Amino acid sequence: MKLTKILLASTSLTLAAGLVQAQEMANDMTLVSWGGAYQSSQQNAYVAPYLEANPDVTAVWDESSAEAVAKLRAMNEAGNITWDLVDVVASDAIRLCDEGLAMEYDPDELLAPGDDGTPASDDFGDLIVSDCFIPQIVYSTTFGYRTDMVGDTPPTKICDVFDLETYPGKRSLEKRPINNMEWALLCDGVAKDEVYDVLGTPEGQERALAKLDTIKDEVIWWSAGADTPQLLADGEIVMGSTYNGRLFSVIEEQDQPVAMLWDAQVFDLDGWIIPAGLPEDRLARVKDFVRFATDTQRLADQAKYISYGPARASSAPLVGEHAELGIKMAPHMPTDPENAKNTFLYNYEFWADYRDDIDAKFQAWLAK
Amino acid sequence: MSDTTQNGPVLAADGTPLKRSLARALRMQKMRALMLIAPLLLFVVITFIAPIADMLFRSVENKIVATTLPNTVVALQDWDATGDAPPAEPVYESLYYDMFVAAEAKEHTKLGSRLNYEQTGLSSLFRSSGRRLDDAGEAQIDALEDLNPAWEDPAFWYALMDAGSGAADDDLLAAKRKQMTELTDIDHGVDIGFAPRADISQLLPKTADAYTLFALFTAVEDEDVVAEEEPWEAVKVALVQDLQEGADVSSYTGPGAAELAAAQTALAELPAMNFKEVFLDIDKDWGSVDNWSTIQTYSPRYTSGYFLNAIDMQKGPDGPEARPENQQIYMMLFKRTLFMSLVITGSCILLGYPVAWILANLPMRTANLLMILVLLPFWTSLLVRTSAWKVMLQQQGVINDVLVWLGLVADDARLVMINNQFGTIVAMTHILLPFMILPMYSVMQTIPPSYLRAAKSLGANNWTAFWRVYFPQSVPGIGAGSILVFILSIGYYITPEIVGGTTGTFISNRIAYHISSSLNWGLAAALGAILLAVVLLLYYAYDKIVGIDNVKLGG
Repeated sequence: MKLTKILLASTSLTLAAGLVQAQEMANDMTLVSWGGAYQSSQQNAYVAPYLEANPDVTAVWDESSAEAVAKLRAMNEAGNITWDLVDVVASDAIRLCDEGLAMEYDPDELLAPGDDGTPASDDFGDLIVSDCFIPQIVYSTTFGYRTDMVGDTPPTKICDVFDLETYPGKRSLEKRPINNMEWALLCDGVAKDEVYDVLGTPEGQERALAKLDTIKDEVIWWSAGADTPQLLADGEIVMGSTYNGRLFSVIEEQDQPVAMLWDAQVFDLDGWIIPAGLPEDRLARVKDFVRFATDTQRLADQAKYISYGPARASSAPLVGEHAELGIKMAPHMPTDPENAKNTFLYNYEFWADYRDDIDAKFQAWLAK
Repeated sequence: MSDTTQNGPVLAADGTPLKRSLARALRMQKMRALMLIAPLLLFVVITFIAPIADMLFRSVENKIVATTLPNTVVALQDWDATGDAPPAEPVYESLYYDMFVAAEAKEHTKLGSRLNYEQTGLSSLFRSSGRRLDDAGEAQIDALEDLNPAWEDPAFWYALMDAGSGAADDDLLAAKRKQMTELTDIDHGVDIGFAPRADISQLLPKTADAYTLFALFTAVEDEDVVAEEEPWEAVKVALVQDLQEGADVSSYTGPGAAELAAAQTALAELPAMNFKEVFLDIDKDWGSVDNWSTIQTYSPRYTSGYFLNAIDMQKGPDGPEARPENQQIYMMLFKRTLFMSLVITGSCILLGYPVAWILANLPMRTANLLMILVLLPFWTSLLVRTSAWKVMLQQQGVINDVLVWLGLVADDARLVMINNQFGTIVAMTHILLPFMILPMYSVMQTIPPSYLRAAKSLGANNWTAFWRVYFPQSVPGIGAGSILVFILSIGYYITPEIVGGTTGTFISNRIAYHISSSLNWGLAAALGAILLAVVLLLYYAYDKIVGIDNVKLGG
C-alpha cells in the first residue's frame, strides 16, 4: 500500500516535472519562514525532497516571517519583490490579501487533490480563510506549566491561570490582546459561543481587561515565541502561553519538568502566501513547488518533525512517528481528539476589524 | 556699517560700488565651494534626506479615500454628519459605481484597512461588500438579457459605445483615465482601442461613464481586447438607470437604436434601482452615521488625523477632541521616553566619567589595554548583551541567586529587577556607556596634567584643583557624550522591548509596532515626526543654554 503510494507519488512527480519543463521556470527560490524547529520541519518534509527531484533548483531561506507584512509592503513600494513564497499566520495572510500584497489563487487549480481524490478546496475545507492563503498546519496557542511548581494538583482548566491562590507565581502571556482577551472573558463567566459578541462591545472589552487586571502584577509579557519555553526552563514562571510545538520541544526533546494544559487552547493556522506581482518564470516555479509541498504526503511528513497538525484532512491518517525520538506524534497534535476536547476557535474576521481598536485599549491598559 | 561716505559710495577700481564688487567676488567663491561639495550634498539628499522626508510625508498624506471613492467623496460633501440620518440615495449611487471599480481593481480592501484605524468594523464592511456588489440590480439585468441576448454580446456593446470614426467624447475619456491612474497607480494614458461616442455619452451619460471605466480596466489591467469582453454588471446597471430615468432614445439612430428603445419599454415596468437598499441589504452598517461620518472626515487628501492620534486626540465631526481615557497612551510614552533617556544619560555620566579619567591619566600601554575592555562590548551583538542582562537580572538569575546565597534576600522575596524600568535603565546604560566614555576620554586627553599640578602648587587642595581647574575643561566631553547618549536612547527599541516589560518600553516600541504589525505607517510617521521635533527642540535648547561650540568629540 505504502510502496504503491510512493511509486505513484514519484511517477506523478516525474510526470509533473516533465510537463513543467516546457514552461520557463526560474531556478532560484527565496522561501520565507520562521526559523527554528518549524523551518527545519519544512526543510526536511518538502524542501529537501523537492530539491532532490529538481537538482537544478536552489532554495534560500529568509527567516523574516515575523516582519513579513511590513517587509512585503516595503518591497512592493520599491517595486522589487525578492521573495517567492512566504510563510505567515492566517491573520497576516488576510491583511496581506486586503493590502493587495498577496496573490489570490484558485485552490483546485493550484493545489494537488488529496491522495483519496478529494479536490483541494474540500480537503482543506474551511481552513482556506482567505483567497490568498494556502494552509499548511494547524497549531494552537496553549499553556505549559512547571510540574515541580504546582504541587499535587496540576492545573487542568484555563481559568487556573487566573487563580493566584492555588497557583501563586509568575505567568507569561503574549503582549497583545488576541487570545488573552478571549481567555479572560471565558474565565469571567462568558459562554464560549458568546465571547466575540461580548468582546465586540466597549463594556465587554473593559470586562476582559478588568479580569486580566487581577493577575497583571504577576504577568511577564512575551513577544517572541521562544520566550515562554525559556522562562519555563529557567523556572521564572509557573505557567505561560505559547505555541504547542514549542512546548512539545521543551517537554519531549529537552526533557524539562513541564507539562501541557489542553484546555481552551486557541486554534490557529499557518500557511503560505505567494507575493503579488512575481515575474512569470518565478511564479511558475513557485506554483510547481507549492503543489508539491502541500500535497497529502508532504503535509503528513511535516508532522514527523514538529507537533503541528497537517491542514489537509487526508493527511491526518498518515501522521506517524517522530523522526528522531520515535514516539507517536498523533497524541501531541492539537487536532488529536483527546487534546481537542475543549478548544477555542479564533475568529479572524473579528480581529481584522477590532485589532486596531482593542490593541489601543490593551496597550494603554498595559502601560498604566 | 555703511558703505557710503559723505562723498557717495566707495568705488572699486572698475567703477562699480565696492560693496557690490565684493559681494560678487564672494559669491563666486561660494559657488566654487558649493560645486566642490555638490556630489556629497546630492548623495546625502538623495539617500538620506529624501527617504526621511518621504516617510514623514505619510503622516499627513491621505489621498486613498479620495482616489478610491472619488465620486462618493464629492456627493458626501453636503451631508450633515451631526444629524442622525444616513446620507441620501445619490451618495449610495456614487458609492456603488466607485466601489465596483475599486473591487475589480482590488483596491477597496486597502481603503477598508485605512479607515479601520479610525472606525472599527470598516475593514470587514469593505471586504465583504466588494464581493457582493455583483448581485446588485440582478432582476433588471436579467430582464434586459432575457429581452435580447445582444446585451450579453461583447461586440454589440462595443459597437454601441465606441466612437469608431465618429465624434468621440475626449473629455470623458481623459477624466476616466485620470481616475483609474489615481486608483491603481498604473498609467492609464496608453492606447486602449476604445473611445466613447459623443452622442451616446450625451444620451446615456452613466452608461458611457461606466463603460469607459470598464474599457480602461480591461485594456490596461487585464490586457484584453475591449471589443471581446462582456461589460461588467456596473455597466448594465448604469444602462438600466439611464433608460429608466427617461433618456430620449427616440432621437438616436446609431447602432443598437432598436435594442435601446425595446429595452427602455421593457424596463419601464421594473422597479427603479435603489442603491441604498442594495447596500443596506449587504450590511446594515452602511446605514450607520458613524461610518459615514468617518468617511467624510477623512475624505480630504491631507489630514491632521495621524498627528492628532499621536497626541491622544482624534478628529470628531466638530473638530479635534481628546480620545477616550482608556485609549490615551502616546503622551505618556513620550514623557516616559524623555524621562528615562535623561536618567540613562545621567547614569552614563556618573559611571563614564571616572573610567574616562583613569583612561586619560594612565600610561599609554595600560590605557590601550583598558580601552579594549571598554570597546569589547561594542563588538558584541546588541541582542547578546541584552539577553545577557536577562540572565543576570531575572528572579532566578545570577544576581538574585548570589543575594539569596549570601542571605541578604529571602528565597521567596527575590528582587524584581527586569521587565520594568529598572531593567531597561541598567541594560541601556551598559550598552550606551562607550558612547559616553569615548568623547570624554578624547577631551580629557588634551587637558595637560601640568594644570592640576599648577593649581596645587598655588595652594588648592585635591577637590578644589579638580572642581575649579580640571572639571570645567572636561565639560565639552560630557556635553558631546550626553548628546550622543541621549539622542541614541530616545530612539532605542530593541532593548526596551526585551527587558522593558510594560513599564519600561519607549515610544519607539509603538512606532515599531505600527510599522511592522498594524501597518499604520501614517501614525508611525506622525509619532516619528514628533520625536524628531522634540530632539531638534532639545538640541536647540542645549545650544542656547550650554552652547554647541562647547561640544567636542575629540582633541
